[in-house]
Amino acid sequence: MSNIKKRLKAERRFKFYGQLGVFLSLLFVTLLMLKIFTTGSGAFFRTTIEADVFFDPKFMQVDKNSSDKEISRSSFEALADSVVNNNFKDLNEGQFIKVREMFTRRFDYQLRDYFLDNKDDYKKTVKLKITASSDLDQIVKGNYPRNVPEEQRKINDYQLSILDELNKQERIGSTFNFWFFTNGDSRDPETAGIWGAIMGSFYALMVCLAFAFPIGLFASVYLEEYTKPGKITDLIEVNINNLAAVPSIVFGLLGLGMLIGVFNMPFQVPLVGGLTLGFMTLPTIIIACRSSLRAVPPSIRHGALALGATKTQTTFHHVVPLALPGTLTGTIIGMAQALGETAPLLMVGMVAFVMEIPGGPLDPATGLPSQIYLWSESAERGFIEKTSAGIMLLLLFLILMNLTAVLIRRKVEVKW
Amino acid sequence: MKKSIVSLFALVVSTLFAAESFARDQINIVGSSTVYPYGTVNAQRLGESGFKTPTYNPTGTGGGMKLFCAGVGVEHPDITGASRNMKSKEAALCLENGVTNVIEVMWANDGITFSHSNTAEDFALTRNDIWKAMSAHVVVDGEVVENPYSSWNEIRDDLPDYKIEVLVAPPSSGTRDAFDGGVMEKGCDLPEEMEDDCVLYREDGRIIEMGENDTLIAQKLNEDNQRFGYFGYSYLKDNGDKLKAASVEGVLPSGETIASYEYPMARPLFIYLKADHIGVVPGIQEFAQMMVSDEAIGDNGYLTKIGAAPMVPELISRVKNVTDNLDAMGFSIEACANKEHPLKDAGYAFSGALCP
Repeated sequence: MSNIKKRLKAERRFKFYGQLGVFLSLLFVTLLMLKIFTTGSGAFFRTTIEADVFFDPKFMQVDKNSSDKEISRSSFEALADSVVNNNFKDLNEGQFIKVREMFTRRFDYQLRDYFLDNKDDYKKTVKLKITASSDLDQIVKGNYPRNVPEEQRKINDYQLSILDELNKQERIGSTFNFWFFTNGDSRDPETAGIWGAIMGSFYALMVCLAFAFPIGLFASVYLEEYTKPGKITDLIEVNINNLAAVPSIVFGLLGLGMLIGVFNMPFQVPLVGGLTLGFMTLPTIIIACRSSLRAVPPSIRHGALALGATKTQTTFHHVVPLALPGTLTGTIIGMAQALGETAPLLMVGMVAFVMEIPGGPLDPATGLPSQIYLWSESAERGFIEKTSAGIMLLLLFLILMNLTAVLIRRKVEVKW
Repeated sequence: MKKSIVSLFALVVSTLFAAESFARDQINIVGSSTVYPYGTVNAQRLGESGFKTPTYNPTGTGGGMKLFCAGVGVEHPDITGASRNMKSKEAALCLENGVTNVIEVMWANDGITFSHSNTAEDFALTRNDIWKAMSAHVVVDGEVVENPYSSWNEIRDDLPDYKIEVLVAPPSSGTRDAFDGGVMEKGCDLPEEMEDDCVLYREDGRIIEMGENDTLIAQKLNEDNQRFGYFGYSYLKDNGDKLKAASVEGVLPSGETIASYEYPMARPLFIYLKADHIGVVPGIQEFAQMMVSDEAIGDNGYLTKIGAAPMVPELISRVKNVTDNLDAMGFSIEACANKEHPLKDAGYAFSGALCP
């Protein structure tokens, strides 16, 4: 009797430990997410200052009949300065510099883009929401305190008084920050975006896929279908499993030493980054391919061989197509792993300030995780929210890739 | 299926060979992470003026020198940023790999700040105090012993009773080299025969090596306001609400005290140009010219604003001559490999640290 009680108690205790474990891990994940989301959500919005913009012929080299090309080439800097002077009357030289610094440094680009779409506003006055500088943005968002002594702030007391005045007139606003998704990196946090890093990671992953998938598939087909078990096969098997556990930085060193050192391939391009990630993913792909090939029942092979197919026909007409969903799942999971890796990219120079959006695997680029790392290192307060927002995007991509893998497994994979 | 796999493979192989004929019209900069904020801001301005925006790999000064000195040709970087002067060993490496045409651009000053949390008490230190807190061996009553100090007030009575704990950069960091040369060696009072031990950090867990990530160090300083760490001045300038610097020999770091070298932990910053790449990769000279222009390092210049301190006028006109005429002004890799530098005997505060 007492024995049963004791055993039931142990049962309940075990269940409780399990629940506690699950609860704790969920709690940590939630806390992490909460921290990232609260810090990062700011990056999706940017502070704006409403200003009257008079497209004054005096300060413009183009008019409403100019072609788009002429407008894109002309400078709007003088017009930008006139906007500051018109909206804030009677500024002396020092005050002008301070007020100008409250706006984003190159808001002449913003004026130019507006004028390209609205040439009819030539010689007219319009109200525009002009992006504020990151320093002001961080004060408005409350990420940088106002109440510290003036010399510890980048926005001084005079600028704060202007800010309060603008706030009273309800000219301080906030708008969705598309730039974060469309721009490359920038040293002005308000215009820095992640698109360049996304494209860098995309090209690297494409190279990685094109390199690792065919080699991985052929290697596993050969090992599973053609070799006879023996000492050499065992040796290869042990080595592949071993390689799958090698730290990623080692593959980075391989990429640096072999691709850049021996083959003289260029530094910091997705081609080299992708091949390096490919070395890293190859063992993962081979292991996944082999296990899905092994799952194809021998009866399929026997049936094909019995009907007169050759070994190659059997393999490529029957076994490989049946094993493909499992192979793809393994590959996608390997790719997701590669997407999150920074260490190999660091070794081949894909951790860099790159402003231009890469147009192909031979352009200098930085990867998504390396962009996050670079922003986390920056001194400017505005980059902290960018860092978290970058992490959010990276997590989103990882979730999407893993979800695809799960869906393929659910829907396409053949159950025997 | 088979065909597509074969064609994919062919694609990879063909891109491999395409890489052989790779030409570049975008400047590639490597080097110091202290120079990174300045170099990238300058790169962005160069991009706005019509060139392709240069890329900058923050590899650390030492790592940058290795890449820079690896050879001539577009697969090697064009410019390296350095938060200390090129070492004679590095010049020898350059020489070995045929990188003989190098132009040294000394473009501004930076101060290493010995910083701690804003919530801590103010510290007024001397270099000797800092050395005593960090060195492996110190002199007590005329004898060399293992560092016995565990709190700052044991070093000097008037210092606060804070435990000694200092977060330092890894050995590849130029800031660490400059700190060792400017503070550990200068503040050292070991007997002469032990001079080499001056830069040895204590190994009892009070000196904690962190990665080259200032944000991480700043976070750790805020977690415990008794800790210290060292940063370039630009980092402090952006984080005045969280960090402050201790005064050294009675001087606090500021644009003026660093520019005048009144602040003892000031040091010059450099970029090195590979002269053989000028004309091959467009914009190298323009990049250097922009970096030393009044618009960049004059009063209220865009690099001054983020923490670079201008040099004395005669050095500014010297460096402008260097960048305008691509005249190395006596600097050569051969001489540097022999520990010679044209400014070594010019009597500047940093002269001793040239081509060590």
